[in-house]
Amino acid sequence: MDLAAIVLVPLLGAVLPPLLIRSGRDACALVTGAVTAVALALLLVRAPAVFRGELLRESVSWLPQAGLEASFFLDGFGFFFAFLILLVGILIIAYARFYLSREDPLGKFYSFLLLFQGAMVGIVLSDNVLLLVVFWELTSLSSFLLIGYWRHLPEAREGARMALVVTGAGGLALLAGLLLLGEAAGSRELTTILARGEEVRASPLYLPALLLVLLGAFTKSAQFPFHFWLPHAMAAPTPVSAYLHSATMVKAGLFLLGRLWPVLAGTEVWFLLVSGTGLLTMLVAAWIAIFKDDLKALLAFSTVSHLGLVTLLLGLGTGSAVLAGVFHIVNHASFKAALFMTAGIVDHEAGTRDARRLGGLFRLMPITGSLAVLASLSMAGVPPLNGFLSKELLLEETLPVQWWSTGRLFPLLVLAAAACSVAYSLRYAVHVFLGPVRGDYPRHPHDPSPGMWLPAAVLCLPVVAIGLFPDAIAGPLVRVAAEAATAGAAPPTILELWHGPTPALFASLLAFLCGLLLLAAYAPLCRLRERSWRPEAKAMYEAAVAALAAAARRTSDAIHDERLQRTVAWALFAILLVGLATGAGAFAAGTRPPVPVTAPATVLWAAGVACALAVAVLHRQRLLALVVTSVVGLIVSLTFVWFSAPDLALTQLSVEIVTTVLMLLALNYLPRESPRESTPARRARDLAIALGSGLGVGALLYAILTSDFALPTISAYHVAESKPGGGGTNVVNVILVDFRGYDTLGEIIVLAIAALAIFAVLDSTFRGVAAERLRHWEALPRAADRHPMMLVVATRVMLPLALAVGVYIFLRGHNQPGGGFIAGLVVGVALIVQYMASGWAWARARTRIDYHALVGAGVFVAVATGIGSWFFDRPFLTSTYGYLHLPLVGAVELASAALFDLGVFLTVVGVVMLVLANLARVSARIEPRLGPPAPMDSVPRPEPRAAAEAALAAQRAEPES
Amino acid sequence: MEALVASGVGVLTAVGVYLCLRGRTFPVVLGLSFLSYAVNVFLFATGRLVVGRPPIIDPAAPGYTDPLPQALVLTAIVISFGMTALVVVLALRGFLEAGSDHVDGREPRDERR
Repeated sequence: MDLAAIVLVPLLGAVLPPLLIRSGRDACALVTGAVTAVALALLLVRAPAVFRGELLRESVSWLPQAGLEASFFLDGFGFFFAFLILLVGILIIAYARFYLSREDPLGKFYSFLLLFQGAMVGIVLSDNVLLLVVFWELTSLSSFLLIGYWRHLPEAREGARMALVVTGAGGLALLAGLLLLGEAAGSRELTTILARGEEVRASPLYLPALLLVLLGAFTKSAQFPFHFWLPHAMAAPTPVSAYLHSATMVKAGLFLLGRLWPVLAGTEVWFLLVSGTGLLTMLVAAWIAIFKDDLKALLAFSTVSHLGLVTLLLGLGTGSAVLAGVFHIVNHASFKAALFMTAGIVDHEAGTRDARRLGGLFRLMPITGSLAVLASLSMAGVPPLNGFLSKELLLEETLPVQWWSTGRLFPLLVLAAAACSVAYSLRYAVHVFLGPVRGDYPRHPHDPSPGMWLPAAVLCLPVVAIGLFPDAIAGPLVRVAAEAATAGAAPPTILELWHGPTPALFASLLAFLCGLLLLAAYAPLCRLRERSWRPEAKAMYEAAVAALAAAARRTSDAIHDERLQRTVAWALFAILLVGLATGAGAFAAGTRPPVPVTAPATVLWAAGVACALAVAVLHRQRLLALVVTSVVGLIVSLTFVWFSAPDLALTQLSVEIVTTVLMLLALNYLPRESPRESTPARRARDLAIALGSGLGVGALLYAILTSDFALPTISAYHVAESKPGGGGTNVVNVILVDFRGYDTLGEIIVLAIAALAIFAVLDSTFRGVAAERLRHWEALPRAADRHPMMLVVATRVMLPLALAVGVYIFLRGHNQPGGGFIAGLVVGVALIVQYMASGWAWARARTRIDYHALVGAGVFVAVATGIGSWFFDRPFLTSTYGYLHLPLVGAVELASAALFDLGVFLTVVGVVMLVLANLARVSARIEPRLGPPAPMDSVPRPEPRAAAEAALAAQRAEPES
Repeated sequence: MEALVASGVGVLTAVGVYLCLRGRTFPVVLGLSFLSYAVNVFLFATGRLVVGRPPIIDPAAPGYTDPLPQALVLTAIVISFGMTALVVVLALRGFLEAGSDHVDGREPRDERR
């Protein structure tokens, strides 16, 4: 797990900063730095092996069915990137500690930063391409959080959204591209894919895979025409910009191009596309950068330009060019991070980062000034700094290039871009730091505390050191990375400061002079540019997004217009279409011998169909429809009896009773009739959908019923093990409480939640608009005898009997039809009848048990039974059993499953009573207003009567409270 | 018998779907009940139709029908009850709250679609 740890340490460490911020900002920054340092140390202990040229790999099987493995590998190229990411990360963490103000939540910032850092390291160390995409998207998400960190700024939110849209969309393209690539190579592991370059390039999937991968890489690395998101991401705090745009985020695209170089590079398409895009990006961005007054925007476009430079080098397809590109990545990371930091310091201390309002800062802040000038000279390619070296290599590589028979155009354009690069680099130094001191800075600028300039100084060290001793310092790292990236095709170049009077040196000199000229002609050039037409990438992007959003809205409005009927009709129609398109072949009848039709069954069928159709026709008369519906329910339960399912029949029967009572109670408060309001056209449409659904379901069921099982079912096991394993002869009940006890546990929990939701909905009926409506309820005329004496007496006499039946059904349930569900429903019905016959107040006054508690107790007993098996070192819900002989009842099985069934029983009783009693309570609100009390309203014993009256009084008092 | 059960389930489904597409809450609740019937019988019937062989272990029994769909449907029936109860209560509360029992929570405008 060593390699995974390098990734996991920052990702898991991301939880620490928000926790530690209470201990102060220093502690928070130190711990964040320590997390990064641990990851870096874990990486560095692998360094000897990497420099020996070894390839370290480790894999954890994750989702092998989807080809997704948690596999990581480390070679020179991955090491190179991971090293940069973590090293620059530590400096950024230190810088951010001093840059962010007290009002900014630092813990959150560090948390996002570590998340991002872990995702970046994940990208460069992933072996599995799907894992790589996961980390890729994770960087998009975490950079969204980082860019939008100052969420009170609209431009921060906008920039974050834009970055997410562009890089996220690119990530999707990348996913598709890598899947195709994996298909072409026959593996999803990069280590394998990299070894199969020949096969991939010969595959017909090569071109689409290449295009999609390039789309992903170009969006991430802000290549033209996707370059526009990067400058807008500058709304982020400067530490974020410095990190995202020097060493990490935008380098992910370059990393990918380099990583897949051995597989994808070397073809004409690759050369034309990648080097062409790189050149265009480099030139366009460098030109724009000259004219940006916002320092961070200037640096952002220069970053885009340098990314184009590296892309160009990777696109050339030669090993030496890749080496030059890798070398430039190091150099760019060092001087660009330093430049961003100095820009942040200027912004922080002078109060603006607008170049037009700055100048002469060198004297006021000499340390920052020196660092900034040094770094910008390196960016301009002035010897003996590191930027000079890699620019030299670039010119050396590109001077002989011939791009699609355009003659000398390619090197000339590279030269032009280099000249622009000199111009903007020098402009950063000259327009901000040189010149006379001004008197109109928004703040009084001075050098900041060392905490801010020290990280920039540390970054400037390699700028000089690599420039002077390139091979001693960067040589081994660059060579091992380039060798790994090119699969050994990179020549073992020695990096040198002085190459002699080569053509590249003269070209470099020429570019420098042109750059100086450009800067000298800055003012007239600026005016010229102001007058000319420029395409606004941001406006185009916004127009495109707006058009997409409008199209999406039009589509969704057409389908979903906040009218439920229309939405449901569309949904059903879509289901019908999918069913027809995919399942039409399954509708053929099979060859299973049919069950003979009998006359009673036909009569029952005819009655059921007639009732169902009657409900459809008569549904506007609600009471009638409800009664006929319950007849259909009875017929369904008879169907269960017929086809050997006594348990189901009992359950259906008791549920039918409870449901009907419930609906009757509800109907008390709903209109008795539905208005006739559907147009004939709508009825025809609904009829068509209904007929289609019915035909489809019927045909499917017929096809199933007439076919034999395709595979042997697992039911044989249940039947065989029911008695010996579960200790019961009622297989259905044994399945419920034993074999599939976990399912049942889930079901009763769902039931309990539903009951609580119902309680919540009904309980709040006594407040607000609903209560007002209830208070003015026009009670419907009723029978004079609200509590008929016959009914009251009969139900009270029946209650003990009904309860005994419930207990009996429960006890025998394990062996004969019955069990917790059915017993619970029977007891529930027995109790609810009391409410119906004697009224809510009467029943309520005699209720000793709280139904909430009953529901809770049921779930508790069931869970406790499951946990009980842990004490015997058995898995959750393992059952055991024994027998107890009771007089009269006979042998009663004492199984742990019976205890579980008791939990089911209690839950069901509780749920039924909680729901119905609460609905009845709503009805009881208006009962006292219904005239003088009838004989059976009174209660025989004085004590409960007082309680009942108290309950009624409380009911009446409630609306006033 | 297979044809009877299949066509019966088909009718239950059709009626359920038709009622679910009505504009008032109560018919929709009835429609959901019908769909519950249809789904429960459908699932139960995937164990195939067997007469006179309940899954109660008995040495004298000639055989047993498939008990697993029965167990699944038994809980499904109880859950359907929970669902129906919740929908009924929501319909009731919605009516009390909005003063209309239309599924959109307000009386439809004149334009009929």
